[in-house]
Amino acid sequence: MSKYFQPEIETMPVEEIKALQSEKLVKQVKRVYENVEYYRNLMDEKGVTPDDIKSIDDLHKLPFLTKSDLRDAYPYGLLGTDLKNCVRIHSTSGTTGKRVVAYYTQNDIDLWEDCCARAIVAAGGTNEDVCQVAYGYGLFTGGFGLNGGSQKVGCLTLPMSSGNTERQIQFMQDLHSTIICCTPSYAAYIGETLKEMGLTPDDIDLKAGIFGAEPWTEEMRRDIEKSLGIKAYDIYGLTESTGPGVAFECEEQTGMHINEDHFLAEIIDPETGEVLPEGSKGELVFTNLDKEGFPLLRYRTRDICILSRKKCSCGRTLIKMAKPMGRSDDMLIIRGVNVFPSQIETVLLQEGYSPNYLIEVDRANNVDTLDISIELNPDQFSDTVKELSAKEKALANAIKTMLGINPKVHLVAPKSITRSEGKAVRVIDKRKLHD
Amino acid sequence: MSVKQISVFVENKKGGLYEVTSVLNKANVDIRALSIADTTDYGILRLIVSDYKKALEALKTEGIIASVTDVLGIEVSDTPGGFSEAVKILSDADIAVEYAYAFITRHEGAACVIIRVEDNAKAANILGKAGISLIEADKAFN
Repeated sequence: MSKYFQPEIETMPVEEIKALQSEKLVKQVKRVYENVEYYRNLMDEKGVTPDDIKSIDDLHKLPFLTKSDLRDAYPYGLLGTDLKNCVRIHSTSGTTGKRVVAYYTQNDIDLWEDCCARAIVAAGGTNEDVCQVAYGYGLFTGGFGLNGGSQKVGCLTLPMSSGNTERQIQFMQDLHSTIICCTPSYAAYIGETLKEMGLTPDDIDLKAGIFGAEPWTEEMRRDIEKSLGIKAYDIYGLTESTGPGVAFECEEQTGMHINEDHFLAEIIDPETGEVLPEGSKGELVFTNLDKEGFPLLRYRTRDICILSRKKCSCGRTLIKMAKPMGRSDDMLIIRGVNVFPSQIETVLLQEGYSPNYLIEVDRANNVDTLDISIELNPDQFSDTVKELSAKEKALANAIKTMLGINPKVHLVAPKSITRSEGKAVRVIDKRKLHD
Repeated sequence: MSVKQISVFVENKKGGLYEVTSVLNKANVDIRALSIADTTDYGILRLIVSDYKKALEALKTEGIIASVTDVLGIEVSDTPGGFSEAVKILSDADIAVEYAYAFITRHEGAACVIIRVEDNAKAANILGKAGISLIEADKAFN
């Protein structure tokens, strides 16, 4: 099998890729303008018509989309085709608790799975491999995306989903898994469990891992590679654009190749919105060139990053993005889940608590921890521990329902959370996520 | 019949308890009995004080969370099995004791215990019938 899944695209000369992007962009803008009223209004407001977009050089004329547009347009406002043409949704949390729902036609899923297949082949995958997918299956894109890609490559695919680590390891041993796909923190956890079970990397057959959905450092990469005896590859994606596979790492491990036949990338100044030249650090923006169900044009990812066209030793000509270096908003990624402090605030207000809270995120044994301290209101006080504990538990449950992850809730005294200039400091992220 | 107890939310941090006691000190409130229920994050300080209204006001002024709870003060004989007898009476009547703590009185041969139950009147009635005397509020403070 080739070292590329789709060599004609992955090694296409840059000028040809740009011509392909231009051709697709012109058609996509027309299609979106006709079908998506929400975006048509944005274009009209800006005084841009589809005729103004003749090539990718005109991309900057188009209006941006942000997470708040996704919230305002929920649930159908950004749908790009009739619902009857859509076959699936995936979903992620939004800024104030409203979810982002992305729609997929069969063609969207097909192209998405191609992207994931490119990532698996870049990690050395062939139809002789056994690929264990330990990303969550469900509304989260990780499980289904890599599952589809793995099948396209022809790997024997193990749809394990996340959790039940000892069973993961048992399958790994019994069915000789050679590739694992999951979040980097879960990979690290599997490594630790392996050790606790008295096993070494020699007891398993893994050779590669494809890890994404949350930030991780080079140090973490080395730890995972050592504990599982593998080469660890990064993969990037977001539900708004499609899911994992927007960009993937090759054996050079110096950034991720963007599947730019489908995703047109730009770097902008997050303050002014101005497009920055290649090599500049700024906010990553994606335009879906083929998406039918949920075709977002110029979607601001809020990830701060650098793009590079430096020649890659793997032979791919696809532009590379550096590992994201931070966010231009306050979103946190905890255990692979997108969390906005405002979501937690929404729950607190709903449950009758003061909006004074402190979120502390840390990583213990490579697993993210989420602690939320909440100032107790006098009218919620009780003189028995039983009742106060029940309140903490109810709050933790409500937050879990909103975020999908379990927090540890701590009730604290009023005014005990530090305020700087009158405003409470809301988030302390103790993880060292960026090198 | 019942005694007024002040319950205070105290965070588990250095100086948390002192914050409360110093407020009471400044308000010239005397503490007669106390107990602390603690968890990893916070504690609930329960106090019987000389003037609960004054104590409550002083604490609230300082932004400290506090409330008043009606509890029962019972007098039991200061001999082995004295408290056990009272507990048995409540247990036999199916009355659950949420918490209990003792305090020192100046009455020879008697011990005082504060108990928190769901229904004060019911518990008081049953204890009274069994010949266990309840401490009147003013007696507890002096």
